[in-house]
Amino acid sequence: MPAPANILSWLVWLPIATGVLVLLLGDRRIAAGRWVALAASLAALVLCVPLWAGFDLTTPALQFVEREPWIGALNAWYHFGIDGIALPLIVLTAFTTPLVIIAAWDTIERRPAQYFAAFLVMEGLMIGVFSAADALLFYVFWEAMLIPMFLIIGVWGGTRRVYATIKFFLYTFLGSVLMLVALIWLYLHGGSYEIAAMHRLPIGMTEQVLIFLAFFAAFAVKVPMWPVHTWLPDAHVEAPTGGSVILAAIMLKMGGYGFLRFSLPITPDASRELDWLIITLSLVAIAYIGFVALVQRDMKKLIAYSSIAHMGFVTLGAFVAYDIWQATGSVSGAAMGLDGAMVQMVSHGLVSGALFLCVGVLYDRLHTRDISAYGGVVNTMPVFAFFAVLFAMANAGLPGTSGFVGEFLVIVASFKANFWYAFVAALTLILGAAYTLWLVKRVIWGDVGNDGVASLKDLNAREFLVLATLALAVLFLGVWPAPLLEVMRPTIGFLVEQLMVSKL
Amino acid sequence: MDAIPMVLTVADVMPAAAEVFIAGAACLLLLVEAMFGPRARDVSFFLAIATLAGAAWVTSAVAVPEPTVILYGHFVADPMGTVLKLFAYGAAAVTLLYSRDYLIRRELLRGEYLVLALFAVLGIQVIVSAGSLLTLYLGIEIMSLSLYAMVAFDREDGIAAEAAMKYFVLGAIASGALLYGISILYGVTGTILLEGVAAAIGQSEAGGVGMLLGLAFIVVGVAFKFGAVPFHMWLPDVYHGAPTPVTLFVGSAPKIASFALAMRLLAEGLGGAVDAWQDMLIVLAALSMIVGNVVAIAQTNIKRMLAYSTISHVGFILLGVLAGNPAGYQAAMFYTLTYVIMTTGAFGVVLWLSRKGFEADALDDYKGLNRRNPWFAFVMLLMMFGLAGVPPTVGFWAKLQVIAAILDVGLTWLAALAVLMSVIGAYYYLRIVKLMYFDEPTVTGPVEAKIGVRVMLSLNGLAILVLGLYPGMLLGLCAQVLR
Repeated sequence: MPAPANILSWLVWLPIATGVLVLLLGDRRIAAGRWVALAASLAALVLCVPLWAGFDLTTPALQFVEREPWIGALNAWYHFGIDGIALPLIVLTAFTTPLVIIAAWDTIERRPAQYFAAFLVMEGLMIGVFSAADALLFYVFWEAMLIPMFLIIGVWGGTRRVYATIKFFLYTFLGSVLMLVALIWLYLHGGSYEIAAMHRLPIGMTEQVLIFLAFFAAFAVKVPMWPVHTWLPDAHVEAPTGGSVILAAIMLKMGGYGFLRFSLPITPDASRELDWLIITLSLVAIAYIGFVALVQRDMKKLIAYSSIAHMGFVTLGAFVAYDIWQATGSVSGAAMGLDGAMVQMVSHGLVSGALFLCVGVLYDRLHTRDISAYGGVVNTMPVFAFFAVLFAMANAGLPGTSGFVGEFLVIVASFKANFWYAFVAALTLILGAAYTLWLVKRVIWGDVGNDGVASLKDLNAREFLVLATLALAVLFLGVWPAPLLEVMRPTIGFLVEQLMVSKL
Repeated sequence: MDAIPMVLTVADVMPAAAEVFIAGAACLLLLVEAMFGPRARDVSFFLAIATLAGAAWVTSAVAVPEPTVILYGHFVADPMGTVLKLFAYGAAAVTLLYSRDYLIRRELLRGEYLVLALFAVLGIQVIVSAGSLLTLYLGIEIMSLSLYAMVAFDREDGIAAEAAMKYFVLGAIASGALLYGISILYGVTGTILLEGVAAAIGQSEAGGVGMLLGLAFIVVGVAFKFGAVPFHMWLPDVYHGAPTPVTLFVGSAPKIASFALAMRLLAEGLGGAVDAWQDMLIVLAALSMIVGNVVAIAQTNIKRMLAYSTISHVGFILLGVLAGNPAGYQAAMFYTLTYVIMTTGAFGVVLWLSRKGFEADALDDYKGLNRRNPWFAFVMLLMMFGLAGVPPTVGFWAKLQVIAAILDVGLTWLAALAVLMSVIGAYYYLRIVKLMYFDEPTVTGPVEAKIGVRVMLSLNGLAILVLGLYPGMLLGLCAQVLR
């Protein structure tokens, strides 16, 4: 099936234009606005079908390329194109947004039109980040995304929302501007903002290290890696449910995507020299943050810390490639870590999004996120309990769920590199199970804890639809991850080749 | 020296037609005011706007593709000048449009106000087209004297009078410093023509201590007119004390003049001594960015906050100038023009929110603006993110260009400082957005404005977004006129 022309532009601009339309409809005609928002987000999802079907699985080259002159004076192009790394993340974005819109359907009381518009604009901008093949275009989308997210947390967030959202903005802005300096440096030396040209540009070691660190500042904050993770628990806790879902499911992935798209191929030698740094920080995130998650009393905060730990697998998988190659000389072995990182990103997007939605379901009813305010929810909400337990198991990495595949691949890959990496990483099997299951025990199981829980009503049809869709995706990916791996294979293979060639 | 022709023909002064036109129209306006008094208020206002539009037409009509020198070298007409003048007319006209209701409400809209504004524009024109040190000085004085009077225009207002006094005294000192520098430079090079100065500097014997001394005074003068740290003391008081329309006026078109002053003096006249003034400008730029951004955080008055924000933006403009190459000058020009667009819009919102007996200058007045008027809250949001330099607004491209310019000359540490300061700066712009969007309004009821102001303000906001999405044209224009 041939994909429509300019499909990536449609994916980017359709949601943004619809967002503007929803704004114009305003709060008074919100009934129509909701349907328009849902229709646009579903249309974007439908557009992903020809995108996936028409994707050529044999080449690492950019596909669905659009290239038009944009800013002549800067040699910047309106240049879109996707490969096997970008495609799954775009689909994930288009899959998550309708769910967020459905989940928020009539639960937003203040300025709902602006709420839906913000999420639609976000969707377009996020797809733009993953589609951009020109670094300047990438940067514009990357930064522009902060504006709607800033508003989402600040307007519809919890009590400490102002603190959380300003912290979120400044943290990510600080990281990003350093990346901008690196991109300008690359432009001045390579004469082009095209990302592929930056991949080919030979760079000296000192410069590579500086560029690597600048990229690191941007992406590590976004992932987020320990110790620059502190914005995330605040932002997650204060954000409205939809904001938490988009943050966890998509925005964190941009950090991982950035490492794969920029850090590794543009500065391969610096990445090899400094991989110990990333690996160490990832292991700290996996082990230490796992313990931190254990002691949380707020459900959202617990899931936020669990996100940090899980994203540790992404960075570990991405940067363990060098050690595998050195230890075994196997190129396919090196690819395994990257495969794991990608699967983990997609899986974490689904699972953490689902968990935040589960918390949102409870929050909508009792208006508290304290774990101690619940207990025995299964007695009053059996259907909800089923989904919550399923997603909790996926979060703990139970085989048969998507959570297992990514973690397994990364642990096996790090085993090839160094036994102790694998040992520490495998701690998550215990820690992850501990904090997730303990959460389930305290919230779901047991006797009905109080009157509030006793009065709970089970999922309505809308909530059921959202959670069921996510549950199917989690199980599908857990049982049969092959389609995802196939899509990524040529791109990851090419990426590994890029890593192995010195640019000095 | 060539023989000086004694008779000037009309063709000889044609490139200066726009200056003549504005000067004539301003005098005419003075007559209208004198004859009809306050009754002719609307006519005067219309005439002032028409004058600026007419000047734009004349400037375009006499525009020259290549630099042309007339009046014995004292006046230069070139493409850069044409573009800067057109932007200055535009900024002045939009400023007057925004100010109209406010001025009428406070009974300040008198012919003299408009005449002063036109004379300030005349001063800007003269600075932009200056070919000699004396023309430059003349332009500065025409502009500054008009501005001093405008700041003091509200006679009843003690704070405004104090601000005008400070502005005048400090401005006079700066003018003195500049004039002293000019006289030293004249002594060293033997000419007051910028072209001659440039030629003399090209020959090494003109260098040395004398030249450096003159240069230092000139840089002080330029820094004062820009409001760069440590010569910024007047700026917050003037911005704060002056009636808001005057603050808007001082903050917009004269910035173009400051840029032109730096270009004519430093880039063209003293371009050969770039190594000498680059270090001075680095210090000024770094201090301006640091002090401006950090002190702005502590402000509770939006006019004062925007004053410190101006200081920090001056630091960024100086980054482009100090690069000392065409790419840097283009970046500085782009920054200046876009900054004028953004700051005009921001003060436009301040003016639009002000009512009779109520100045919307406390930050708390912006609480819950999104509730009261979502569209103009959004316009203000665009201004704030634009000033913070966040894409997709045009402010991002301005910062990108100046940072690229200094990276290109190897000043990586300064580029890093600049981006870090822009992060600090983001905080106080975000605070305005926070007040507008996250807080509940303390004042209720919608805000009224005339249709003209609403349209203009909307266009102003959209310009920031459209130029942000497609900056190519303006970037190309800057590149074309500053090769």
